[in-house]
Amino acid sequence: MNDHMTWRETVLYRGGAVLLALALTSFIIWISSPETPPWEVLGLIFRGAFSTPSQGGISWSKVADVLVAWIPMLLAAAGLLITFAAGLWNIGVEGQIVMGAVFTTWVLRALQGSGYPPALILTLGIVAGAVGGALWALLVGLLRTYGGVNEIFGGLGMNFVATTIVLWLIFGPWKRPGIGSMSGTEPFPPELHLPTLGNTRLSPVALAIGLGGMAVAYLLLKGTYFGLRLKAVGNNPRAARLMGMQPGRYMLLAFGLGGALVGLAGAVQVTAVYHRLIPAISSGYGWLGLLVCMLVNYDPTWAPLVSLFFAAINIGSIQLPIVLSLDSSLAGVIQGALVFSFLFTEGLRRTVMRRRARAAAS
Amino acid sequence: MSWDLILTGLAGVVAMATPVVFATLGETLTERAGVINLSVNGTILLSAMGGFVAALTTGSLWLGFLVGMLIGGAVAFLVAFTSLTLKQSQVAVGFVLALFTRDLSYYLGNPFVGKQGPRVPVMPIPGLSKIPVLGELLFDHDPLTYLSIVLIFVTWFWVYKTRPGLILQGLGERPAAAYARGANVRLQRFIYTVLGGMLVGLAGPTYSLSVKAGWKGTISGLDGIGWIALALTIFGAWNPLRGAAGAYMFALLQWLSLVVQPYLPGVPTQVLQVAPFPLMILTLLLVNIGNTEWMKRTLAGLPPDARHFISRILRALQVTPPAGLGRAFEEE
Repeated sequence: MNDHMTWRETVLYRGGAVLLALALTSFIIWISSPETPPWEVLGLIFRGAFSTPSQGGISWSKVADVLVAWIPMLLAAAGLLITFAAGLWNIGVEGQIVMGAVFTTWVLRALQGSGYPPALILTLGIVAGAVGGALWALLVGLLRTYGGVNEIFGGLGMNFVATTIVLWLIFGPWKRPGIGSMSGTEPFPPELHLPTLGNTRLSPVALAIGLGGMAVAYLLLKGTYFGLRLKAVGNNPRAARLMGMQPGRYMLLAFGLGGALVGLAGAVQVTAVYHRLIPAISSGYGWLGLLVCMLVNYDPTWAPLVSLFFAAINIGSIQLPIVLSLDSSLAGVIQGALVFSFLFTEGLRRTVMRRRARAAAS
Repeated sequence: MSWDLILTGLAGVVAMATPVVFATLGETLTERAGVINLSVNGTILLSAMGGFVAALTTGSLWLGFLVGMLIGGAVAFLVAFTSLTLKQSQVAVGFVLALFTRDLSYYLGNPFVGKQGPRVPVMPIPGLSKIPVLGELLFDHDPLTYLSIVLIFVTWFWVYKTRPGLILQGLGERPAAAYARGANVRLQRFIYTVLGGMLVGLAGPTYSLSVKAGWKGTISGLDGIGWIALALTIFGAWNPLRGAAGAYMFALLQWLSLVVQPYLPGVPTQVLQVAPFPLMILTLLLVNIGNTEWMKRTLAGLPPDARHFISRILRALQVTPPAGLGRAFEEE
């Protein structure tokens, strides 16, 4: 089947997906508040991503906020692109972010006040985050390759375990002096924060880690022999085995590498954003990373841009409760509607192509 | 702890398990037909919210449950259409819809958070509820619990003891053979997916109008239940009786975690509440490990006595999914 799209088909099906998503969200907005026109709500989200609507003009702190949300999404998507290449549904991604954050917090706690230079402690902490994510992902991989547990259910279970561990740490051994609370562990001293740009919340080091992580995934999948073999295993494990490759080993490698990138997202959230461990440290960025991968059809090329767009929707929707007293969960509704519309129109396109191929054959 | 308190607690376990039973039965039917509907978690939330709002605004409990089931059926229809007709990945579609419907429930339900809604009344069954122990345990509930218990056996009977049930098993195991015998595979998969979705949709209002009455948005405590139902479907080996048993076990564990809490002052409350979830993976590991090649190889190398003993245990636990589960089926 020829999978190349003419520009007319591209406009028709990709444009159709966007229109379908717009129609779907407009309808939902209309249900929730019939008196506000949908374009006003969507416009508010759009403007809210780079300005404070009450003041107008470009707000650099808003732009920085979008980039701050972009970083963990980039890292989650980068890690997931690698596991997807090996044909794996890494739904354990949320738990891997969480365990990345736990390992980072662990190292920072152990070394704070040790007299080592802060830059060294931070570096070790971030590396530990990658290790934490990788180990957690490998557990899912081992459950899959040696335990026969499908990675979707193993991953889901491990997400719950990770949540349990974080809650136990925050309310148990790592609780604040006095009593533990949902607000998290005791914040780290300022010298253990990644430095931020001006008055914004954006850390250039974190941004570099995010972009670097995505670059690693891109180069690995697009430019190396290993990436090619990974895809061979993902496309057809049986054929790969006949070619002398061991699919199980490649799956574990994909889980390890992908998990390391995902774990970095947790490390960044601790060192650059929250400066402590909180119960909801992953903030759903892992799920969004999965949506991003689906929307780019598991190809790294457009993943950074789509992640940026998703980050903008997240930040822009913060204005919803403030200005229109609507709930900010509309962000997730829009993102979900987009991905569903994409899957739907892509299915239509393939169905049309199949019909055409069949008609040509007979 | 007195005997009376334990009995009341166990009766509560039966009630708490009710929605999980509905969802697990629904997903079991769907997967038996060879379709994975991964949207369960969001579907439960959306139908809980939708059912609550419908019952609150109209005052009719019936309408609340009807709306919940319609939502469940509609989401399942989208999964079926996109995967069976448009041939997109079932996992992808189901997962997207799981997130979409979850956020949709939070978004649309926002104005109704914390409102006092109607609640299904408890209706003890005359006579039966007076039986000692068993009466309080099984016959002193609201009608939904009775319905769930009846449905467990109805579903089991349908799958294993009727002709359409036999065809249903074929849909998931060997769709090509079912097709050759004249079954309309795609249509039947559609029907079972939507039917299963409606059962999942029944779980939502069972929470919001009975077991955990009301709608509290993100703190409703319903996020995660759907994933558990999916795991229970596997744990139950796609057998309605075993799946339901899993649901009761899960509810029992949740209750036990509350009971033992005062005796474990060192363990934070939050940890005990999520403790049943890790146990789920352990059971998944136990029921799956017999399928792996290395386990078969290891067993072959053991002395006969040990081999028979271990393989008997593993076989009792082991589950194998319907062979055609999650695969597209082409008629020609």
